[in-house]
Amino acid sequence: MGLVIAISSFSYSQNCDYIFLGEIKDFHDGTPIESATIHIIERDKYIVSDFDGKFKIENLCAGTLTLTMSHIGCETKTVSYTIENDISKIILLEHHLEELNEVTVSSNFKTEGTSIEQSISKADLEKYTDKSLGDALNAVSGVSSLNTGNTIVKPMIHGLHSSRLLIINNNVRLFDQEWGDEHAPNIDINSSDRVEVIKGANTLKYGSDAIGGLILLQPRRYAAIDSLFGSTMVSLNSNGRGGNINSEIIKTYASGLYGRIQTSYKQFGDFKSPDYYLTNSGLKNINASARIGYRTFEKGFDAYYSVVSNEFAILQASHIGNVGDLVAAINSREPRVIEDFSYNIDYPKQNILHHLAKIEAYKRFKNLGKLTVQYDMQINRRKEFDLRRGDLADTPVIDLRLFTNSLQSNLHIDYIDNLKIDSGILVRYQQNDAVSGTGVSPLIPDFEKYDASIYIIGNYNLNESSEISAGMRYDFTRIEAEKRYNVTDWNETYNYDELFPQFETNDIDNSEILTYPEFTFHNISANLGYSKLFNNDLSLFVNYGLATRVPNPSELFSDGLHHSAARIETGLLTLNKEVAHKFAVSFERNNQDFGFSISPYFKSINGFIQLIPTGITTTIRGAFPVWEYNQINAQIFGVDIDINKKITNNFNYNGNISILKGDNLSEDIPLIHMPSTNFTNGISYNNKALNNLSINLINKTVLQQKRYPNYNFYTYDPVLQEDVYVDISSTPAAYSLFSFNSSVNFKAFKTGTLKLELNIENLFNTKYNEYLNRQRYFSQELGRNINLKMKINY
Amino acid sequence: MKNFKSINTIKLLAVLFMSSIAFVSCSSDDDDHDDHDHEEELITTVLYTLTSPTGFVTIEFQDLDGAGGADGTYDVSGPLSANTTYTGVIKLLNETEDPAEDITLEVEEEGDEHEFFYTPSISDITITKEDADVDGNPIGIETTFTTGEAGTGTLTIELIHEPTKPNDGTSASAGGSTDVEVTFSIEVQ
Repeated sequence: MGLVIAISSFSYSQNCDYIFLGEIKDFHDGTPIESATIHIIERDKYIVSDFDGKFKIENLCAGTLTLTMSHIGCETKTVSYTIENDISKIILLEHHLEELNEVTVSSNFKTEGTSIEQSISKADLEKYTDKSLGDALNAVSGVSSLNTGNTIVKPMIHGLHSSRLLIINNNVRLFDQEWGDEHAPNIDINSSDRVEVIKGANTLKYGSDAIGGLILLQPRRYAAIDSLFGSTMVSLNSNGRGGNINSEIIKTYASGLYGRIQTSYKQFGDFKSPDYYLTNSGLKNINASARIGYRTFEKGFDAYYSVVSNEFAILQASHIGNVGDLVAAINSREPRVIEDFSYNIDYPKQNILHHLAKIEAYKRFKNLGKLTVQYDMQINRRKEFDLRRGDLADTPVIDLRLFTNSLQSNLHIDYIDNLKIDSGILVRYQQNDAVSGTGVSPLIPDFEKYDASIYIIGNYNLNESSEISAGMRYDFTRIEAEKRYNVTDWNETYNYDELFPQFETNDIDNSEILTYPEFTFHNISANLGYSKLFNNDLSLFVNYGLATRVPNPSELFSDGLHHSAARIETGLLTLNKEVAHKFAVSFERNNQDFGFSISPYFKSINGFIQLIPTGITTTIRGAFPVWEYNQINAQIFGVDIDINKKITNNFNYNGNISILKGDNLSEDIPLIHMPSTNFTNGISYNNKALNNLSINLINKTVLQQKRYPNYNFYTYDPVLQEDVYVDISSTPAAYSLFSFNSSVNFKAFKTGTLKLELNIENLFNTKYNEYLNRQRYFSQELGRNINLKMKINY
Repeated sequence: MKNFKSINTIKLLAVLFMSSIAFVSCSSDDDDHDDHDHEEELITTVLYTLTSPTGFVTIEFQDLDGAGGADGTYDVSGPLSANTTYTGVIKLLNETEDPAEDITLEVEEEGDEHEFFYTPSISDITITKEDADVDGNPIGIETTFTTGEAGTGTLTIELIHEPTKPNDGTSASAGGSTDVEVTFSIEVQ
């Protein structure tokens, strides 16, 4: 009452009898919003909307009226009006819980309701600040990695990797010559906020060829408040005598504007196995990323740029000349070059520079949904250096530049209550340039690739607890290449002169023929998903996916000697696309006291492209096995199980096991390079009262892979003048590793926190070899590492 | 107005896309010249010449199209004489170049990082390396080749990159990686 008198007396000279009539409605479907709180700023008074979403403010004076409206599950909205007479306004509020989730991401946030996926949060990612994406993902059940040494780590989902795995960074599909077994994804793990591993089928939005699955790196969504914050993290390691420093700073505004800058620098010297230094195994890595954006409910944009510069030393002992050298390496069980510790990165090595830039803009339309348009661009420059003679010593043997850019749109239709539809189109142009000057025929030729795609995905809520989704995608792909073939190989070895006369030209030089291979593919992919929530936090997910993959450039065109593998690898122009049917089921209980997920899966892959040894050829360097690509029918099935159990208030148990069986059905033998059964058990102690002290003891056991195809062979060694056995297939023994993690938080200063971590990997300095490491013939895996991390948030 | 703005944004993105394609198309024009790389470090030919006061024998391996393609050819000009001392010189050539590139010169220059090994299966043939690198260890470009009694067998010639030097004279003890390994049938009469 006193307030009203105060207002009246303050504005007695004005006309104060205007009326404001408001009506609050949902942005999407126009339904009235009841019980919304309206804060009248000028009067510092709160009123509530009625059953029809209406409210009335009387006795208004001429001037400005500012209202802040809030409602459970809605984005708070502030509006201003100039009052000159009586007015009536409809105010639209966004009534969607998922939008709140975008700001405060809940722990079981999913990209799609029916999707089978697992995620790694920022806190867990930070444990891997000085490691690679592949190392971080290794902690997820069903995910393993194909390694070259210990720094080049390719993630593998259910035994599938490289072109069968999509990596999406900031909504941009990564194209970084990912076909190569020893080409690690060019991602700085520090630039992402969370990583999702999608094992199930909901991947159509990103591509048709996710036969293995999809890895989604997500940036953080910032709340629209005026704030400036950041963090710096330093990590130091005993093994490799190196570490990482990462810094980021973020500025946000209440208007929805935000900006972030992040950089990291990483350097390691030679790593050490329990018995010896791994000469030439260090790395140097500089990354930077910047983003700027504007985000409100109705519209916004996001611009992102990142650069990753990687320099990886390749174990010197892995450079070998011919099959005799390979036999010597396998039999000696020790690298042929062992030197003292050094930070030098010598030959062989890889230098990779990857630029990624994107700009995305969105706008919401009433009674429709959200339209997003994105343009992105990537440049990947990969140089691989080998041990060479004379003037060529500093010239790379592989020098490729891949340029990719794409324009895509997505329309998210959400105005229908129980149905959400996503549809989009994409066009992409890619150009590979085998940069001249290497002094060798390029492993991958110049090519241009054109893609066009269209997709539609629907999600329908059957009832409160169950949901179905279905989607379809069509992809058009055209590849136009330019490559020189050895005339004898073209005409006789592969019979291409009869199969592909249209690719030939009359240009023959130095017993090489210039050809223009061209391929066009049409792909259809689809998925179906179902999810059901039960009582007791139980849920069930069922996914089916049809995925189609076009052969990659290395499968089609590669042609030449691969030094680290002592083999000649030959692509085939006759390869056709790979078609996979994927079934996955997951039964989960999401509960802190006792939770689990049991996820069996089955994949049937027709025309599975694999690289296998087919014979021996003699060159001036001696004998080499020839590895050729072929196509077979394959199936992979397995199960991933995760369990968490609270033991006491402070103690928790976590465990997981992955079992997988991969078969080459065409030849009735196991598939090559399939991960063996592995399981992890961990006990953790947490005490929030004691500076959030956390101590973990984790054991990971990897069993020996007993199911492998036997491609061992005998070859004549002219120096020894006898046949020698080349054991390239046998698998290393089982191993079990322990690791220790601890962390504690302090309040460092007024607004900042300090987090300290002490971790020990391979606690008992166990000697072991891993089947999925391409350098297992040459050296042991890493020994003990003591790691110290310090993170300051400010 | 808002719609107009977002349409503008979409237009801007489309223009960006188009211009980048144009940019790449232009730069790919620059690449239209034949940037084909010749195999510069290819070794097509191993030629071992053995000279004695009474004559000479050449032992040659040639694979002009490199690994893959047509197989290489082995050519030994004739039998070696028994109980004879030959002066041996080895040459590595890249005959795809014109004139042929002599790769032996590079090997000689980096003599401390290379070594030739000669392994005969006939036991009374002895081969001594007559040259030395900067550290005084043998390279094996120049050799003395001494035959004993008559017999037939093989001769394997290897070039090892980054061998352990000094070594016990066998390629097995030298480690390294193999750049050349060719085996010839030879006859001493």
